[in-house]
Amino acid sequence: MSEGHDLTLRGGRVLTPGGMTEADVHIRNGVVVEVGPGLDVSGEALDCVGCWVGPGLVDPHTHLREPGWEWKEDVASGSRAAAVGGFTAVVAMPNTDPPIDAGHLARFVAEQGRRTGLVRVVSAGCISAGRSGEHLAHLDELWKAGVRIFTDDGDSVADAGLLRRAMEYLAELGGVVAQHAEDAGLTRGGHVHEGVVSAELGLAGIPAEAEETVVARDLSLVRLTGASYHVQHVSTAGTVALVREAKADGLPVTAEVTPHHLFFDHTAALSTDSAYKMYPPLRRSEDVAAVREALSDGTIDMIGTDHAPHASHEKDVPFEEAPRGVIGLETAVGAVLTATGLGPEALFARMSMAPALLAGLEDQGRPIGAGSPASVVVIDPEASHVVEGFVSKSRNSPFRGRTLKGAVRHTIFEGRITVRDGKVLG
Amino acid sequence: MKHLLGIEGTTREELEGILDDADGFVEVLDRSIPKVPALRGKTVATVFFEPSTRTRLSFERAAKALSADTMSFSPGTSSLSKGESLKDTVLTLEAMGSDLMVIRHKAVGAARRVADWTSVPIVNGGDGAHQHPTQALLDALTIRRHFGKLEGLDIAIVGDIRHSRVARSNVLAFAALGARVTCVAPRTLLPVTMDGWPAVASGSLDEVIGEVDVVYLLRVQRERGGASVFPSLPEYVERYGLTRERFERLRPEAIVMHPGPMNRGVEIGDDVADDPRSQVLDQVRMGVAVRMAVLYRLLGGELDE
Repeated sequence: MSEGHDLTLRGGRVLTPGGMTEADVHIRNGVVVEVGPGLDVSGEALDCVGCWVGPGLVDPHTHLREPGWEWKEDVASGSRAAAVGGFTAVVAMPNTDPPIDAGHLARFVAEQGRRTGLVRVVSAGCISAGRSGEHLAHLDELWKAGVRIFTDDGDSVADAGLLRRAMEYLAELGGVVAQHAEDAGLTRGGHVHEGVVSAELGLAGIPAEAEETVVARDLSLVRLTGASYHVQHVSTAGTVALVREAKADGLPVTAEVTPHHLFFDHTAALSTDSAYKMYPPLRRSEDVAAVREALSDGTIDMIGTDHAPHASHEKDVPFEEAPRGVIGLETAVGAVLTATGLGPEALFARMSMAPALLAGLEDQGRPIGAGSPASVVVIDPEASHVVEGFVSKSRNSPFRGRTLKGAVRHTIFEGRITVRDGKVLG
Repeated sequence: MKHLLGIEGTTREELEGILDDADGFVEVLDRSIPKVPALRGKTVATVFFEPSTRTRLSFERAAKALSADTMSFSPGTSSLSKGESLKDTVLTLEAMGSDLMVIRHKAVGAARRVADWTSVPIVNGGDGAHQHPTQALLDALTIRRHFGKLEGLDIAIVGDIRHSRVARSNVLAFAALGARVTCVAPRTLLPVTMDGWPAVASGSLDEVIGEVDVVYLLRVQRERGGASVFPSLPEYVERYGLTRERFERLRPEAIVMHPGPMNRGVEIGDDVADDPRSQVLDQVRMGVAVRMAVLYRLLGGELDE
């Protein structure tokens, strides 16, 4: 971005501090300088007619696979996928090789993100050293490196004593404990939700209780410690009820849901197509209804994509032998809008403001007004498109070949266009 | 019918058509020269990623009785230990000239994936705990030849239903052919739900033993995925074993079946296994005929003798 460069977003409906309004947005030097109708500005302009203009999306749950598994994804390719998906910030999960359990590792991931320069990349940090579930990770170091979300994602922290100490420690620092809630004993050997689909296929199932027992236990520890707690990828109606009750009691609890848990139920797995294999598994239709309702009423605060890339040769195997996880950055907006029909205020609240707050990103997730940082997304809510082709290194998407309504048209990161008409620049 | 991946998705007419053909092949196998030239020049590959002797031999015997050539793959003698994927393995066997592949694999859905990757007909020789369609067909043939029909018969399938591909295929096949099926097992060995299954569940063999025409015993294993699924073998035998005492309470015309290999003294009493009403060896004979019928149908053979 050169000095004095002007960029105007023309004719969209803009999320401002006062609500949605039709306006132009004038950006200069990485900052929004003016929002209003029919602005008289020269320089570059982007057509936003018929689109929603709001703060860039923030994903609290992305697997960028670097360091260690760069053939699946790396920070650069994941950043491109994020930008195409309308994101201007992502929180990288720490289950890499090595796991992000110390400060220098978190700084490495963030630095790789800065080098790519398409989205803000911050790392989450492990709760336990080496994700072993035994000893605390270097929480102070991670905190100093900018980590705000702590998780052993991929596994639950099973040891309640360890989790309690992490909560006590992080309550003091100000970080949030994010749990991949899945009891190992109830999950062991399971591949799909335990129910009619697992029974028909002869696959071991993962009962809803595998998630709910962990969340219930953790909420007891939140009451004990006062720590901030975030439930990752909520998948069951029972978890929704637990979170709703905890919030009613005033506990510092937040929750996320993935686009795929809003979109599919477990009957999708009857195809034994490994594109429908992920943990937690796709659940019953009543669970899908519950997470949709919870997202709508705010019980679930935000979308987390759980973007989990795996190479084609790893996924092109029988269902039981496939690694778990699906990609989600590029399809998140279309999937969420198609599944839920959220309006613009709710969409920006769930996909930008709430996750920015969780991740402690002060220059993200704010309504568009004069002086606000110019990380902006332009979404065409009416754009129907068939999902095909990905900029991620991986293609393990359950949305391949499906028609989604709602697409990202442009993304602006810190005043610079990163995606124009759906195409990533750089 | 391009593939035989499971009993689900096959019609009653298709099942009966295969059984009708198999009746004809039973006669072929009874001849002094038990061989017909129907599949001369065709190559059947048995691709077994799980140890299995009887199923593989049965398919090979069936292929040879139809004058087909056979190729055999097993992981012990293959590049699987060198890290070759399932996909590359089956594409290699297809390139070598297999006209049909029989796939046995421990993973659910394996045969279906192979059918996506290759262009030849695929027979599912067992995929995890999902389906084993030729076992269900040979069992149906055995019952049909014994009773003349399945319509209206009462059949109890006893044992580890939850982890059994035989049970999943047999329930569907028996029900499609008009039988009433009861699955008998402790709750830890029943599916977590039987919603949508054309069968009912019972926890008590003693309650159903006197009411059935066929008692079909499954092989039991105490350990599944490292977890115990019932307390001990003697306790299993006490409640679910077909002991001599329970055998005496069967209807006089009822028969006993088992897919093998049997655990004598566990799910089936030693002398019960050898009783004339035990159909175990007849099932093995019917297996060859049914597999001939399946290969014949999928390879479009001609019975020009």
